[in-house]
Amino acid sequence: MKFRPIFNASVLATALSINGLASAAPSKAPTVEELWTIIQQQQKQIERLSAKTRQNEEKVEATGEILEKQVATSSGHGASGKTTIGGYGELHYNNLEQGDGEEIKEADLHRFVLFFGHEFNERTRLVTELEVEHGGVEADGSPLGGEVEVEQAYVEFDINDTTSAKGGVFLLPVGILNETHEPPTFYGVERNPVENIIIPATWWAGGASVSTNFANGISADFALHTGLQVPTSGSSAFRIRSGRQKISNASANDLAMTARVKYTGIPGLELSGSLHYQSDISQTSGDGADEATLFETHAVWNRGPFTAKALFASWDIDGDAAAAADGDKQDGYYIEGAYKLNKDFGIFARYNNVDGVRVQDEFKQVDVGFNWWPNEDVVIKVDYMDRENDNDSDRDVDGFNVGIGYQF
Amino acid sequence: MSRWLYLFLVCLLPLTTHARGTYQEPSAFINDVFAETPPTAKRLWLTGELKKSASAILGHAPTSLRLRYWGRDARTAWVLEEIGKEKPITVGIVVNKNRIERVKVLVFRESRGWEVRHDFFTKQFIDARLTAARELDRSIDGISGATLSVRALKKLTRLSLHLHQQTPFAHDAP
Repeated sequence: MKFRPIFNASVLATALSINGLASAAPSKAPTVEELWTIIQQQQKQIERLSAKTRQNEEKVEATGEILEKQVATSSGHGASGKTTIGGYGELHYNNLEQGDGEEIKEADLHRFVLFFGHEFNERTRLVTELEVEHGGVEADGSPLGGEVEVEQAYVEFDINDTTSAKGGVFLLPVGILNETHEPPTFYGVERNPVENIIIPATWWAGGASVSTNFANGISADFALHTGLQVPTSGSSAFRIRSGRQKISNASANDLAMTARVKYTGIPGLELSGSLHYQSDISQTSGDGADEATLFETHAVWNRGPFTAKALFASWDIDGDAAAAADGDKQDGYYIEGAYKLNKDFGIFARYNNVDGVRVQDEFKQVDVGFNWWPNEDVVIKVDYMDRENDNDSDRDVDGFNVGIGYQF
Repeated sequence: MSRWLYLFLVCLLPLTTHARGTYQEPSAFINDVFAETPPTAKRLWLTGELKKSASAILGHAPTSLRLRYWGRDARTAWVLEEIGKEKPITVGIVVNKNRIERVKVLVFRESRGWEVRHDFFTKQFIDARLTAARELDRSIDGISGATLSVRALKKLTRLSLHLHQQTPFAHDAP
């Protein structure tokens, strides 16, 4: 076999440079046989290195798999790693003036809430919500005048892919805010007054319910649960909000039923209607307060940066005492428009009309303001409110509110 | 009457048979995307700059060290997970020439926000691209009461578009 000189020089240079022998090059050039031996040795070394590289890649892959499994099993809490923690909170500052000249300037840790959830298995889970309102509670109510409440504590069972049942303490399927009220999800420092006075949100009860959803975006809920126990005398007579029992040795003489049908089959659109019925809203026979029905309907329309909301809710309460107290018809509505200037900043305006039973619960209110989300789970809110009472100008209220809220 | 209704609801509980929300197995999704002849899965390691950019999109560090994907021509398919409120949502996403071709919720485990699994929601993502700021080039209309699930899907589509650009299959994209 003959080699041309240029090939010899090329092979020699390559062999010397690869082998790092340039500095130790022998004074006499190696023969072709010696070069062939060197190349064969290098080839074996390359094969050994390649095999080692493959082994290292396999080890890295195996290590990655183990680490990922560990991460997957340690992503929750508790012995099984299936307990989750979440929560939300909101601090409010109110700077308001009433029609009689009285000023309200106060700061309030309105809510601090912790969620604990646990997955017993793939089809059975626990959902709980523990809430501390207004900073806490003391036995004599001073200086902490708040409440500690368990607003949710239910076990949910999957019946199939689309239907589930729950038993325990749960939020009733009524209105926009009652089930979803984390501060970053709505405009305004304080929640709208319609879903406070007419729909007593946050409204929870103990009982059982079943929920199902259909492929066309329609869902339905039905719940049988403890009812309200509305007072029929005193300053809060027939005030709906005062009838919440909060599942504290709650009277269950007259259970209530709530049903909802909701349509979300078009992105950005929600249409919903709820019906709530209780055969005796005071749960006391012969006191002039009998059957009560709440009808609620709302629409939410989100298109790009625009969001519009409208809600109407109306109570119809039978009984002579209810009529005499002008509490037999209580209703309210609000409309809200909002525009997001960018993903972090949005402005809103809302008109509320409330017709409750007490003098202070009959008014029209305008709210305007903005939300700023420095993080998607944190919100800073500022709004101006102007409330005009229907019957007593001393109960007019105007001023501004500032709040910070968060969820996790 | 309410007593009997209560009994009826309680009697439903023993009927609970299987878990909610597995709409398509990930392997079936991949087979479907590649007409039953899927390519061998490849892995993309989330290290260095890629880990940083993925973290910026997700809003937190990725929970995986590497991600499996399947690629052919200018298409890649991804099976990704992100937590909505409490539970991970498993989503299959196909990117073709740097645009979203398909989004399908494979497993949904949350108690609320189930609407995101439906085509009327996911079809909004089709043809979406990533802007220079790594945002989607279009507005996605949300679902009232499903904010966190919607957010999770937006993040995963952005992530898949970004990851696609790191693969050899992005070479002939416009």
